[in-house]
Amino acid sequence: MTQKVEAYEDIPGTWVFDAQRARKGYRLNEFLYSLMKAENRKEFLSDERTYTMKFAMTGPQREAILKRDWNKLLELGAVSYALAKLAFTDGKSYQFMASQMTGMTEKEYVDMMLAGGRSPDGWRSRSERKEKA
Amino acid sequence: MAKIIAGIGTSHTPAIGAAVDNGKMGEPYWVPLFKGYEPAKKWMADTNPDVVIMVYNDHVNAFDFKIIPTFALGCADEFKIADEGWGARPVPVVKGYPELASHMIQSLVLDEFDMTIVNEMQVDHGLTTPMSLLFGQPKAWPCRVIPLAVNVIQYPAPTGHRCYMLGKAIKKAVEDWDEDLKVVIFGTGGMSHQIQGPRAGLVNKEFDKAFLDGLSGDPERLSRISPLEYLRDAGAEAIELVMWLIMRGALGENVKEAYRFYHVPASSTAVGHIILESA
Repeated sequence: MTQKVEAYEDIPGTWVFDAQRARKGYRLNEFLYSLMKAENRKEFLSDERTYTMKFAMTGPQREAILKRDWNKLLELGAVSYALAKLAFTDGKSYQFMASQMTGMTEKEYVDMMLAGGRSPDGWRSRSERKEKA
Repeated sequence: MAKIIAGIGTSHTPAIGAAVDNGKMGEPYWVPLFKGYEPAKKWMADTNPDVVIMVYNDHVNAFDFKIIPTFALGCADEFKIADEGWGARPVPVVKGYPELASHMIQSLVLDEFDMTIVNEMQVDHGLTTPMSLLFGQPKAWPCRVIPLAVNVIQYPAPTGHRCYMLGKAIKKAVEDWDEDLKVVIFGTGGMSHQIQGPRAGLVNKEFDKAFLDGLSGDPERLSRISPLEYLRDAGAEAIELVMWLIMRGALGENVKEAYRFYHVPASSTAVGHIILESA
């Protein structure tokens, strides 16, 4: 089965949460959504792997959760707002999670934002970054 | 007759609500932001609307992934505050206006907008952060609120043009309601920001300024900004700005800009705020 390549796939450093990605991430996001409840957060933290087995996600999705591989989770269909619930479960801030996605320390990330944020120049397309699509 | 007398555009960054709740408004990081909203709070207190229509988006709190409505209008008596994973915000419950909301549903559906009717729903920071910014910290919110939740989480969000046209239909629906009411409509979210992936932290001040200028100058042009343009130039989450176009569409052709404020950053977001009065 082939899939249409969407124009926004050309934007670097970004996984657009579109219908195909949402479909693949459905059970993964269901797991993340479950972390809205305090008792579930506690159960997850006491035995992470066993808790994730309640959700019919894929092996790579499960491993990415256990490793807190945020970008891999985005690629595999997690939506950022649901991912935030995993960061909060860890007692981390959204900014911490965002900094990890960018490969910066939290302080470097916060400093970048205080200095006015990341310029879009150089980040509009993969060709601009000399990346392969 | 009910009348939409003004529109408010504002970001709804959750960290702002958290700063209010945790008494951090006096910290150096937050002082410029809250100072920038002081004139707006005064404007709101002077204006004292009867009803607020709050265009916002849910962030995987009221709606999980089982059902994703594009336009969902809250028709309940009241809306409880969601626990988003760190406990519910300690803000008053939101009182709705089911009679007017139901009237809006009828009018909008007959005008060919296929609204989703929501009779029970919790509201999250997308709605409560703008309330805190404009109304402060009262024991009870001083007006009734009709929530209009828009899907901007799963791509594609409704187009800017569709949102603009929905705003026009909302104006018609409200003006068709006999009771004398002062209504203020909010468009929330934005401005430029991206909160995911290696490109997180993106801010485009030129884009944001052009958007703020265009709200009074040329909203038709803004309504033609493509989804790709939002994503590419202003960040993956900047698509939220389509919600400002619902607000703008509900104001009629001519508006007067009463106030504007722009500040970077709140967390990962460029914060924008505008007050537009119906001419």
